[in-house]
Amino acid sequence: MSPEQSLVARHRETMLRILIPISVVIALILLWQVLVTATGVPQYILPGPGAVAGALVKDWGTLSPALWVTTKITMAALGLALIGGVGIAIFLVQSKWIETAFYPIAVILQVTPIVAIAPLILIYAPTTQVALLICAFLVAFFPILSNMVQGLKSVDHNLLNLFDLYGASRFQTLLYLKLPASLPYFMTGLKIGGGLSLIAAVVAEFAAGSAGAGSGLAFRLLEAQYRLNIPRLFAALILLSVLGVVIFGITSFIAWLSLHRWHESSLRREN
Amino acid sequence: MTDLQSLEQHPPSPSPKRPLVVMSNVSKSFSSGTLALSDMSLTVESGEFVSLLGPSGCGKSTALRIISGLGDVTSGTIDWPASRINAKGLPEGDISFVFQEPTLMPWQTVFGNVYLPLRLRGISKTAARQDIMACLETVGLKDFADAYPRELSGGMKMRVSIARALVTKPKLLLMDEPFAALDEITRQKLNDDVLRLWRETGITVIFVTHSVFESAYLSNRIVVMKARPGRVHADFPLATSLERGPLYRTSEEYRATCEKVSQSLLEAIGFPLADGLEMH
Repeated sequence: MSPEQSLVARHRETMLRILIPISVVIALILLWQVLVTATGVPQYILPGPGAVAGALVKDWGTLSPALWVTTKITMAALGLALIGGVGIAIFLVQSKWIETAFYPIAVILQVTPIVAIAPLILIYAPTTQVALLICAFLVAFFPILSNMVQGLKSVDHNLLNLFDLYGASRFQTLLYLKLPASLPYFMTGLKIGGGLSLIAAVVAEFAAGSAGAGSGLAFRLLEAQYRLNIPRLFAALILLSVLGVVIFGITSFIAWLSLHRWHESSLRREN
Repeated sequence: MTDLQSLEQHPPSPSPKRPLVVMSNVSKSFSSGTLALSDMSLTVESGEFVSLLGPSGCGKSTALRIISGLGDVTSGTIDWPASRINAKGLPEGDISFVFQEPTLMPWQTVFGNVYLPLRLRGISKTAARQDIMACLETVGLKDFADAYPRELSGGMKMRVSIARALVTKPKLLLMDEPFAALDEITRQKLNDDVLRLWRETGITVIFVTHSVFESAYLSNRIVVMKARPGRVHADFPLATSLERGPLYRTSEEYRATCEKVSQSLLEAIGFPLADGLEMH
């Protein structure tokens, strides 16, 4: 195959990769519209995609501040979880005894269902938003912590020997060896943590039952349900999905950016 | 140790007064109770190319690790009469190690991997560039400075590992079966490269191998080791009037050396056919 031909072929593959999933989504939306029209289901049970799109436009004034609140809480929780998860992981792997002493506490925090702690956090936190932030943080934090601990401990022993041989300090070994070596694990933690922090932000808001101007999408969703405004409920749901997809896209892109030059997970097999 | 021959006069070893490293009665036992080395003594002069040859489990890698400072001795001493010693009792900066695997950092380029020993000493990338490029040129990888390890073949990765070992300009190069995982052709090529390096730089090499042919081709001294517990079985100085190269590989002298060393290795293993082989 000539270079031009292979270039065309590669472009064609890229186009198909994008076009096929988009066509499937469009087909499903059309099917949804056809089913709603054909069966005549009332709008308060299942609105058609047209009605949902209408609600999205009409209620944008209510939904967009809520979307912003949920985005802020999710991102802030993820950011704190990254700092906390990486920081505590570095602390834990410093010695076997530190890990023995503190790791169980992290596990206890993780396995306790977040909905069960939410009321307690609501009492202690100064505002509802802070409470939501704490909840989302607690959920996103653990996968990042456990992945980082795993990564920091999985460094090639020969490379560790090499660093010893050249008289590297603890800090140099951390900076030049352990952190870069655990980057693939960190990226796994980031992708999982990104998804979980959105889920936790929504679940915590259900539990907290916040209201008013500072409320997020989860509250708007519940409110729409109480008012039997099902198109708006669907609109809020779609915004949550879009937010989730965007977070997934960003975290996957960051992972690709940092790993594609060297890590197997980001490489195409050459055969 | 019957057939002692006159020690090969090899440039540029200036017959130093003090040996580079002296192992005296070193024993090493692991926490599992295994005695890996028992009462091993070995003196290596500057400029020597010493092969440690022996069956697996004879402690040759352990001996190398102990010399490098990666492992402690259970009893005995290691002295460096010709070097300045740091707090850990090691002539830091004078020793480099090439492992059996290339042991490269996959997230660093070839340049970054060779830069590592200098980076750990706090030397800036700009200051180190010239030395790094010179080392890469020595191993024939000047054009691959920006490549990542995954883009290289097994032999090329090993060359990077050797370049990294040379970048600190060490006095002693320790090699632990560095070419064991490579194919025969690549291995012979790298053997010639190591010989050339040794000749050009005057570096001292201790080379661990289980290949009779490799040790006979490379070294000017072969130390045959015995297993369970590891100790020195025989110590051959090797002399040759021939230039080591393709011609040497086919020479009668090389064949005789291989035979002599094989015989000694068989004795070390305690192979029952050792007497039978002598009749050929």
